[in-house]
Amino acid sequence: MSVAVSVKLAPVVAPPARGGLALKVAGLSHRYGNLNVLEDIELSIEPGNVAVLVGPSGCGKSTLLNIIGGLLEPTAGKVTCAGEIADDCINPFTYVFQDFALLPWRTVGGNISLVLEDARLSARDRARRIDEVLDLTGLADFKDAYPAQLSGGMRQRVGISRALSVRPACLMMDEPLSALDAQSRLLLLEEFAQIIDRARTTTVYVTHNLNEAVRLGHQIVVLSRRPGRVKEIIGIDRPITERRAGDADLIEIEAHVWDLIRNEAAIADKELGHAGDH
Amino acid sequence: MPAITERVVPFRARGFAPRDLPVMGAASIAGLVLLWQIGSSLGWISPVFLPAPLQVAQAIYRMTVSGELWRHLSASLWRIALGWTLGTLIGVSAGFAMGLFTLARSPMQAFVGILFPVPKIALVPLFVIWFGIDEASKIATIAIGVFFPTVISTAAGVEAVQKNLIRLGQSFNLTRWSIITKIILPGALPSMLAGFRITLSVSILLLVAAEMIGAQRGLGAYILRAGDLFQTDQLIGGVVVLAVLGLAFVGLLGLVERRLLRWR
Repeated sequence: MSVAVSVKLAPVVAPPARGGLALKVAGLSHRYGNLNVLEDIELSIEPGNVAVLVGPSGCGKSTLLNIIGGLLEPTAGKVTCAGEIADDCINPFTYVFQDFALLPWRTVGGNISLVLEDARLSARDRARRIDEVLDLTGLADFKDAYPAQLSGGMRQRVGISRALSVRPACLMMDEPLSALDAQSRLLLLEEFAQIIDRARTTTVYVTHNLNEAVRLGHQIVVLSRRPGRVKEIIGIDRPITERRAGDADLIEIEAHVWDLIRNEAAIADKELGHAGDH
Repeated sequence: MPAITERVVPFRARGFAPRDLPVMGAASIAGLVLLWQIGSSLGWISPVFLPAPLQVAQAIYRMTVSGELWRHLSASLWRIALGWTLGTLIGVSAGFAMGLFTLARSPMQAFVGILFPVPKIALVPLFVIWFGIDEASKIATIAIGVFFPTVISTAAGVEAVQKNLIRLGQSFNLTRWSIITKIILPGALPSMLAGFRITLSVSILLLVAAEMIGAQRGLGAYILRAGDLFQTDQLIGGVVVLAVLGLAFVGLLGLVERRLLRWR
């Protein structure tokens, strides 16, 4: 059984607005064996901003995301954060994965419960948090469904619900829409814009889809082909909830970013052994 | 110009899709038993070499009412219960150690690699010397036979747990214990249960072997004695009981699987 429904964002009170953390990447390099994946990355992200990492495949954008969130030790350099972490935050650096990473033997509610069970939360608080995030992503009716019963879009909604349930200080999103079909992708993109805007957490978002980048990013960090370096950082000030598909300024920026990476993407495309992107 | 005739495009994707027909399975067994009975009744099959199904049924009935069946079956069940549980507990622990810890991995792989192919029946005389002719040597035989497949299936199950799920646990700062019990254990369970299917039949095999070497009670001893006395009806009766035992184990495990792997 596959469940497909249109999901409306419930008008619930979002987690209290916070500034989130300021992130700073300094002198960061990474190599896998002889392969130089990232070289001398300098980057700072303002609290509450969305930084989107884009670049040709194999440029190390996922590697950079994993380093920023503490899932990978860099060969050189460091990542620092500054700012208050709220008391109710269970896991400051929280990921949303491309492949959803849901436990197939747990229900939707159980998958969210999993990440709350190790925290000092009463059973009632835990249940309340689960219901709250499920309401936020329109999954309330699917609490007892198993992941195998859900469409890709719904699975990723569980992924984002799980991430929000720990009240993160930084959201790390690793190509969260890449595994979805084109239509789910459009739907989720709009929802993400609202969720990210409402949560106001510092967000690092990796994508190879430039449209996603200009719709969601306050800062678009363009990386060069291996070894990945910061090629250009483009700021977009407009609030992300006001951005629409087809906005002239966004189309212009998208075209500019494509110009920046086009040649390298073509080279990367012809390359054997796509190592280092994961 | 020749006339254009319309032809039907032939269907070519026939076959290669066998279906399950449980009724046919049961019917073919029943048919075989019937043939056997007819052959015996008509005198084509010598009752000394192969007694008729009815005679076997009578033998089973006699040993049931006399309490002899239970005397042997209870002894056998007890040995299997102890031996299988012991071998499974140690095997699962060792399999987890092998799948999780670098220090355990290679030594255990070497150990298992060398000892797994050894037929465990060959160890029965040694176990008799170590543990005596009584229960302990039989339980040890079953346990060691169960141990190896369990280690292998458990370690394979632990290794097969998707790395992204472990990473998920780490990325949410779950404790090591939570990752092992909530992510790795359920993830390894399908492979472990498939291993249990093998070890349950291994335990019956080794049970009978051990009971044939030195036992007063137990199905193996019963079958051996019936053979010595040329009581083939009792002998086959004992084999039928073993077959039923095996079926019962498979059925029980099927229930457990359906319950634990409901999410599939």
